[in-house]
Amino acid sequence: MANFETMTINMGPQHPSTHGVLRLVLELDGEIVRKATPHVGYLHRGIEKLSEHRTYHQILPLTDRLDYLAPMHNNLGYVLAVEKLLGITNEIPERAQVVRVLLAELTRLKSHLVWLACHALDIGAMTVFIYCFREREHIMNIYEKISGARMTSNYFRVGGLSADLPAGLEKEIRDFVNSMPEHIKTYEGLLTGNKIWQKRIMGVGHISAEDAIDLGVTGPCLRASGVDWDLRRDQPYSGYENYDFEVVVDDGCDTWARYHCRLKEMREACKLIHQALDKLKPGPILADVPKVVLPPKQETTNTIEGLIHHFKIISEGFKPDAGEVYVGVENPKGEVGYYLVSDGSPRPYRMKIRPACFINLQALPKMVEGSMIADVVAVIGTLDIVLGEIDR
Amino acid sequence: MSVQAADKLKDKFGDTVLETIEFRGETTVVVKKEEIVAVCAFLKEELGFNFLTDLCSVDYMGQAPRFMVVYQLYNIGTHARLRVKAPVEESDARIDTVCGVWGAANWMEREAWDLMGISFNNHPDPRRILMPDDWEGHPLRKDYPVQGPDREPYQGRTE
Amino acid sequence: MGVEETLGNNIITTSLDKVVNWSRSRSLWPLTFGLACCAIEMMATGAARFDLDRFGVLFRASPRQADLIVIAGTVTKKMLPVIETVYEQMPEPRYVIAMGACACSGGIFDTYSTVQGIDESLPVDVYIPGCPPRPEGLLYGLMKLQEKIMKEQNSFGASLGVGERING
Repeated sequence: MANFETMTINMGPQHPSTHGVLRLVLELDGEIVRKATPHVGYLHRGIEKLSEHRTYHQILPLTDRLDYLAPMHNNLGYVLAVEKLLGITNEIPERAQVVRVLLAELTRLKSHLVWLACHALDIGAMTVFIYCFREREHIMNIYEKISGARMTSNYFRVGGLSADLPAGLEKEIRDFVNSMPEHIKTYEGLLTGNKIWQKRIMGVGHISAEDAIDLGVTGPCLRASGVDWDLRRDQPYSGYENYDFEVVVDDGCDTWARYHCRLKEMREACKLIHQALDKLKPGPILADVPKVVLPPKQETTNTIEGLIHHFKIISEGFKPDAGEVYVGVENPKGEVGYYLVSDGSPRPYRMKIRPACFINLQALPKMVEGSMIADVVAVIGTLDIVLGEIDR
Repeated sequence: MSVQAADKLKDKFGDTVLETIEFRGETTVVVKKEEIVAVCAFLKEELGFNFLTDLCSVDYMGQAPRFMVVYQLYNIGTHARLRVKAPVEESDARIDTVCGVWGAANWMEREAWDLMGISFNNHPDPRRILMPDDWEGHPLRKDYPVQGPDREPYQGRTE
Repeated sequence: MGVEETLGNNIITTSLDKVVNWSRSRSLWPLTFGLACCAIEMMATGAARFDLDRFGVLFRASPRQADLIVIAGTVTKKMLPVIETVYEQMPEPRYVIAMGACACSGGIFDTYSTVQGIDESLPVDVYIPGCPPRPEGLLYGLMKLQEKIMKEQNSFGASLGVGERING
């Protein structure tokens, strides 16, 4: 009769490698992990409950703080869901759609840079952390010029954008995106051929395509298991059907495949940003729906209709028809969806956020069984989890 | 595509399908909670909805039945979406688990139990997930105050 | 006045106090304790553009080796016992910076699960408002903490075991 005991140890919630307040209870047999149980909820802030007491406009800053590494994507998903609920999806002007795509892809770059920085830092490559954060500072400068804040931008509005792009920004974005392929080449030069990196992540965190689909995994984790899934192509939103990009699929099923997947996605994001900049034409940035969209300041102060609309929208909020919608967008981490139930009042009756990282984390016990503790750290890094989204 | 799926569901299950709703291009099917596992298995095996995007619960306080468990489904092959809802009464807030159909339902059902108080029969791991283990109450219910039961809402600076 | 015992109040002891204060404030070692979005701004402050290393700041993973805890992010009721355990494991002298609106007062999350400010259970030395505060804000808060440490009295005496540190 086999007579071994497993040792149960606790990893986190205060731990340098857990990417936030994640607690893992590991049952170890020596150095091998027999069972891993994630405990979450240490950052549960009650965003869904709070949004039942806020108007649709007031919920926008709350959505920034969900996946705080890709704030514009969360904003985009929410804004698209509310626009679908109102039925004004076809009235969003062209310029607003192009800017949304542009910023969504910049945000994808931003999120993947943090993924690479933290993943590499956990495995020991500190230089990559410093390099990635240096590139990220350029993106944060762009964010700040557009929206006023480095991280929590709150830039999109129901019906379009809150303000137009400042003059001269297109050149800055173009210069930055032209320099990105060189930087990605630097990261690959530091990591891809590195024997230590290869040994640490090849064969680690294996999950097959069937298991991934069954467990609800989405995003690069699913694409690296060979499943051809991308919501930007399959359920296009915000004009993505007019862009030419490649969906990166790899069938390695392990951390090495996910690494290559995300690096290639960074290059595709650069391509998309170039296309968006080429499509940018002058035009309005807000839909012409006076009951929903705030009127421009000139009208607010000079016409009585503008004043009344402004007052009603700010103090009471707009009232969509009763009904429910679900919209999912392709976040850098996976599919982030918003399920909105409206009962005709200015506040949503129920807002449920489909958190990509929460459901990806369900796959962690399966990916980690039978590997060593050091591999647990690599798997957490490759799943690219953000506790703000997991716990909401 | 989802409309045809809803029609096929109605043909196969007849009375179990209570209602079909179309809103903003999305199809919603309301079914009785007793047959939910059979409905989900049919949708997965016969109609190809092999991906459970989301599972949540809504509290319609004041209406009977009070709770609604909502399943958002996705067909990877045809890119079709479908929403299935199952009403659950307050007096018997139990429904069968669909973990056997889609493994993704595990944590989502735990969250529905934790925040709304709907228990899932035969769930492999029925524990709280987001709130501390010794928390009393189910916060997302409409009769639970948003600041929690032990605090008054913030009234601004009073002195 | 009072019964606080100090090593002395003359030019030699105050100069020694100044040396101890100066060395403490110029080599604050924080614990890696990021909770939410403010943690990312803390990481950005530690990165290449707003370098924290030039302030003598080195992030330590173990609370036994840290003397500063920067509560960066929202504190929830589930996390509070963990923070208190970690704080108690830190050796004296230890300082607390509450970074961000959530740590100062609960922020925009006025809900059932959020602690309305970490000062409900830890003694905070510096509050840094912002959501998230800019890295320059964190650096300013750090410098304010350095000024606060410089004003302490009897630090040398306390490190020898004679009396306690007196906060300025």
